[in-house]
Order: sequence, then C-alpha cells, then structure tokens
Amino acid sequence: MKKRTGVFVCHCGINIAGTVDVKNVAEELMKHSNVAHSEDYVYMCSDPGQKLIENSIKEHSLDSVVIACCSPNLHETTFRNCAKAAGINEFQCEIANIREQCSWVHKDKLKATEKAKKITHSTVERVVKNKSLEPISIPVTRRGLVIGGGIAGIQAALDMANSGYEVVLVEKSPSIGGHMIQLSETFPTLDCSQCILTPKMVEVSKHPKIKLLTYSEVQEITGYVGNFKAKILKKPTYVDPTKCTLCDECIDVCPIVVPNEFDLGLTGRKAIYIPFPQAIPATFTLDIANCPGLLPIACGKCMDVCEPEAINYDMKPEIIEEEIGSIVLATGYDLYDKENMKEYGYGKYADVLDGLQFERLLSASGPTMGEVLRPSDHKVPKEVVFIQCVGSRDPELHCAYCSKICCMYTAKHAMLYKHHVPDGQAYIFYIDIRSGGKDYEEFVQRAKEEDGLVYLRGKVSKIFEENGKITVWGADTLAGKDIEINADMVVLATAMRPAKGAEEFAKKLKISLDKDGFLSEAHPKLKPVESVTSGLFFAGAAQAPKDIPEAVAQASGAASKAIIILSQDQLFHSPMVAKVSLNLCTGCGMCVDVCPYDSLSLKDNKAEVNEVLCEGCGTCSATCLRAAIEVKNITPVQIYEMIDASVGG
Amino acid sequence: MAEEFEPKIIAFLCKWCSSAGSDLAGVSRMKYPPNVVPITVMCSGSVSPLYIFNAFQKGADGVLVSGCHPGDCHYIQGNFYARRRIALVKELIEYIGLEPQRFKMSWVSAAEGKKYTQIIQEFVQELKPLGPQKKLRREK
Repeated sequence: MKKRTGVFVCHCGINIAGTVDVKNVAEELMKHSNVAHSEDYVYMCSDPGQKLIENSIKEHSLDSVVIACCSPNLHETTFRNCAKAAGINEFQCEIANIREQCSWVHKDKLKATEKAKKITHSTVERVVKNKSLEPISIPVTRRGLVIGGGIAGIQAALDMANSGYEVVLVEKSPSIGGHMIQLSETFPTLDCSQCILTPKMVEVSKHPKIKLLTYSEVQEITGYVGNFKAKILKKPTYVDPTKCTLCDECIDVCPIVVPNEFDLGLTGRKAIYIPFPQAIPATFTLDIANCPGLLPIACGKCMDVCEPEAINYDMKPEIIEEEIGSIVLATGYDLYDKENMKEYGYGKYADVLDGLQFERLLSASGPTMGEVLRPSDHKVPKEVVFIQCVGSRDPELHCAYCSKICCMYTAKHAMLYKHHVPDGQAYIFYIDIRSGGKDYEEFVQRAKEEDGLVYLRGKVSKIFEENGKITVWGADTLAGKDIEINADMVVLATAMRPAKGAEEFAKKLKISLDKDGFLSEAHPKLKPVESVTSGLFFAGAAQAPKDIPEAVAQASGAASKAIIILSQDQLFHSPMVAKVSLNLCTGCGMCVDVCPYDSLSLKDNKAEVNEVLCEGCGTCSATCLRAAIEVKNITPVQIYEMIDASVGG
Repeated sequence: MAEEFEPKIIAFLCKWCSSAGSDLAGVSRMKYPPNVVPITVMCSGSVSPLYIFNAFQKGADGVLVSGCHPGDCHYIQGNFYARRRIALVKELIEYIGLEPQRFKMSWVSAAEGKKYTQIIQEFVQELKPLGPQKKLRREK
C-alpha cells in the first residue's frame, strides 16, 4: 500500500527561511508520489505549529511525516510525540535537518534551497519505507554504583542512598575521603576541611543503604543501562576490621617505614597502617608491597602482638560481582607529576612544596601539628614564595587549561601562612587572578588588604638553592623589572590532572576522554554530568578541574540523574535494532564476530539478535555478504533510495 | 564563460560524532560550499562498500565517509571495522580506474565543526579539476 506522507517545512523565523525558500521546498515535495500533504510554517516547534501537524495528520489521513527543521538532536522527540498524539506510530516521523546542515552553513539562497529539497526528499524516501515500531521494554536493577570515594563520590552515594536506593561505593585506597580530607582549611570561609567532611564520611559508614568497598577496584563493567554488572576486585588488607580494636600495637612493632601517602611523603608510615585517625572504615591495612613477607618466618611481628587476632596472613583477593542499574564515576584528580616541574626544583629541594604538601603543613593533624616549619631544618620560614599556574595555562610545555582552583587556594595558603607567621612575608607570582565564585573575590581582597600579601604579576624562570636559601628568579611585568627573592620556602600551585590510572580505567570501561584526559561529557552545556553511555554519569574533578562546592553540586546532579534511572519501573530501549532475514542467512557467523555488544549469536545455524543488547549500530549489516541482516528503519534499501534523492537530477 | 563545474558529494556521517560535528559547524555559522548532501547513519561501521559504489553509480562525483575518531566510537569499535573496510574500498576504487581523490574518509568528533568545514571545502576544491564522474555512473 502506498504511504501518505506529510511534509512540514519550518521557517525557524529567518534561521531557515532567510537562506532557504521554504515555500518552494514544500511545493517541490508535494510533487512526490507518496506525499499527500505539505506545508510550511514559521515555528513548527511552537504549540500552534505542533497543533498544525496534528490536525494535518488527521485531516489528510497521513500515516507518516517528515519535519524539515533543525537537527534531530533538538526536536525529534517533540515531533515524534506530536505524531503519537495524532494517532500514528512515533517511528513514522523523521527529521530532515535543513538548518544546522543547510541554511546556517550556506549563503546562496538558490543553492541552499536546492540542497534543502534534496535533504527533505531523501528523508521522505526513508520514511516511506519506515515500519511502525514499539520501544523495547527492559527491566531495571534498582541499585547504584559510585566509583571513587572523594567528596564527589561521597555526596553522590549519600544522595542516592537517602533517596532510598542501595548504593555500592567503591574506593581504591584504604579509606574514603579523597583529597579533601588532606586539606587544612577551605576557601572562602576557612572551614576546617576535616571537620566538614568527616560527618559525611561517618554517615556513609553507618548508612544502611550503602555498601562500602574500600581498597577495591572496579575491573570490568558489562551490560547496559538499568542492567549493568560490575566486577570488583577487593584487595586483601590482611586485617579483619570486625576484630581490630585500633590499639596501635602492630604499628609499634612493624620494622618497615615508607613515605606516608596521606602526608605526601612529609612523614613516614609503617607497612601496617591506618591512613589517618578518622579513616573510614576505621581499620588497619597491611601494605603487602612493603611488608617483608607474609610468612611468620620473614617477620610476623604484627601478628604476634595482635591480641584480638585480627591479623590474618591468609586473606586472599576477592572478586565481588554486583548488579546495578546506574553508575556515577567520580575518580577525582591528582597533582601534575613533579617529574615535569624540574625547573622549579620540585622534588630536588626539600623546601619546595606542592599545594597539597603545604595543606598538610598547615593542618592541625599534619606532620608539624599545624606549625609552618621548613621540612629541611624545621625552622620557621620567614619568606615564602607562592607560584601560581605551575603547569597550567602553558600550552607549549605543559597543560593548556586553567586548573581553576589555584588562584583561590594560593590566596588561602598565603593568608594562613601569615596567620601562623605574622612577621613573615608572602610573595605570590601570578599571571591573572581568577576569583569567580560566591565570596571568592572578597576573599582575595581580604588576603591582600588584611594580610599584606605581595602579589607580583609575572612568571618565575628559575629556582635554585644557595646558602641554605631558595633563590627565586622571576619578573614583575607590571613594574617591568627582574625580581630575585631569597626565600625560605617555595609553594607551587601545580596543575590538576585526572587521577593517576584514571585514563587506563576509562579505556577499560570504554568511556571517552577529552584532549586533556578528563572524562568527556555528552554535551558541554546541556548534559554536563552525562556520558555518552546511557546510565553512566560523572561527578567531580575527574570531569574537569573544580573546587569543592562545584564538585558537590555536580555530584548531586549526577546522583539525581542516576536516580531517574533507578526510579523507573522499566526502561525503554530503541527498537531500531538488527533484524535477520532467515531465508538469506547462511549461518556464516561473521556478524556474530563483529558485533560490539555480543548481541548476536547463532541458533540452528542462523544468526539471532538479542534485541535488548543490540544498540542498532549496523556494523553487522555492513559486514554481511548476503544482505541477510539489517537495522530496522535504516535498511540498505532505504539508504539506496536516500542516495538517489540526495544525488538528485 | 561556461559555468564552473560543481561536484555533487554524498557524505555518510555517523550520528554521534560527525553529524553532531556538522551540526556544530552550523551552530557556529561556519560556511562551506552547498555541494554536499549529508546522509546520517548510526555508525561509520554500518557504511557498506555497496553504499559508496551505489552513490557513484547514481552519479555522485565524490563520496565522504566520516565517523568518530578511532578509539572514541559511540559503538565501541564500529569505526575500526569502518577503517578496515574503507582501506579495501580505496584499493578497489583504484583497481577499477576511478580517481582515488573521489573518495574520502575522515574522523570528525562532535566538537570539530571547524574540521568538518575544512574537509568539505578541501574536498570540493579537489573534485573540481576532476570534472564529472562518469566511469561508474549509470544512466537512468
């Protein structure tokens, strides 16, 4: 039976009509033997525009429609719903993109009109061969997974759990808390970081809906939105947290001392350790990489002294499999590798520190109990140079982007230094001061005015040690002169990078990254927490450098997106999936081999499609030598007709 | 003066990257010649060599296949299959005596509106001196 297609050409004000003769497009398409009705209208997406389509469908007994308008990414859903409301199947509605791919990129009205006709004609050819389809319903596993236990991951997990959904929170280190727990005070209020974070950490540990897996790593994620399966490796801590009483006896006898990660190497820790006193879970971890051996013959001192017999050398790595419906990825950041900053003597001189090390020095629970002392000789530094944009905003040698938080934390560092050492002098080298954010600019001004910080606009060329002092050579570009400062300590505001290992992890999970290695969101403005994989969301500094309030806000955003999935009774999957013509299929299995989703298999020597797994990419269709498999509503026959229309006369 | 030859180009764009990149070119109001008519497919991996030869038979002067960058395919690995298949298409095109410049494969991400614009501009310039493609064209 011949189809009765309606063609609706939108002016989009002058966005389309300015370059394309829309009336001419509508008239031309009316000549097509399948087109029963065509018209143009100023704004098809407006309410009257939608009404016009609905009424036309009924009045002219249309069974399919083509809307020639903007990109299908914008109004495809609007018009498909409109078709549905008028009583025709939503998959009988297709969009001809004559704005982004035509009117906006051309100037010659005659040529643009000809092209718009071809695009619309091609879409008509497609829709006349479209079949009515029903979305495929799939069940939802109502549990969430959060990867990363920093502030973003903690917030996302709490929001999901407090909405009533079970959450699995996976953290690779022995405790949750991330980098935020290492900080001393936070800008612009000078809240103590630990004081505001630990209540959330405790809430996580006590929450009946949160399953916390620390010292664990997600190894594999399979499945699809609503129905993911995660394979999680739980590394052995060799300490049973239910028996450990945190008596510290094991620490006293352990003979091994290694740099303490929590204090960024400013102190040492034993091979058996608790990362910091408020660690969640509150238990010890035996770091097997540094332990002389698990055999009692090698050492065994910790086990000997452990009265509650919490230490178990026979603990084995465990693979935990979890079924979940949606995922929030919050893998965080690390600072730019010091290997890259040799010109600033970072890693060479003990008194050249990075921002996180300085946080530890300032912290009341830090290695110096909050006293600012030089790591080299434990003397109070009287002159400290802070350098911003170390590795950031340097497209030639380092990272092209702005790490965003350094202007603020450097102002905070210098301010806190002055609070600790009132007779000391703080110098800050900067390129620009970027203090956008609520109360941020006021904070920087307060630092300048009340604490007498000296801001020097310019870069530092060289740092070297001389007579126990650290000499800093730089330029003051506002005064137009060279500067030499004989400092006691230098603090570098190094660039924020995606967390170490995050890149390999993203590759394993098939998540795309941007040019800098941060997680790539589905749309930079309208889908800032979504990945292109449905059911997978982002939060925190893993997506881009951001401060605590932004990370928390994004985490709540990602959590609510994840909850939208978990709260559904069922999800719907596009029915544009592969279909096998059994009489043509010879069972060669080539389609089975190329399917990226393992949705094809051979049954009775014929290919069979698992419609729930199939994403409709069509790789199978291009591979099949006998044209025995095609994707519904974008079949080779449709494409050939579209080519014909697109080439035109 | 005779009117300048305007090549007809069919561009198979994957929905997720190249079609979105082409949308971005529009949103950014970049300009390129109107010689190209896009056909959006789900994935560059779904572009069968038959589509390409069908376009030439119908009278296209040039064919472009554009997908996500290798490693960034929305469908995990569809564009790797496209890349392998396209390498064979190129050989076949040379074998049958068609000018190899008439066929192009590119990787354009959703953020690369400018790249898409440049590719179309260049492709049109490269096709102009070749004149109409008659070798595979079937008269209707």
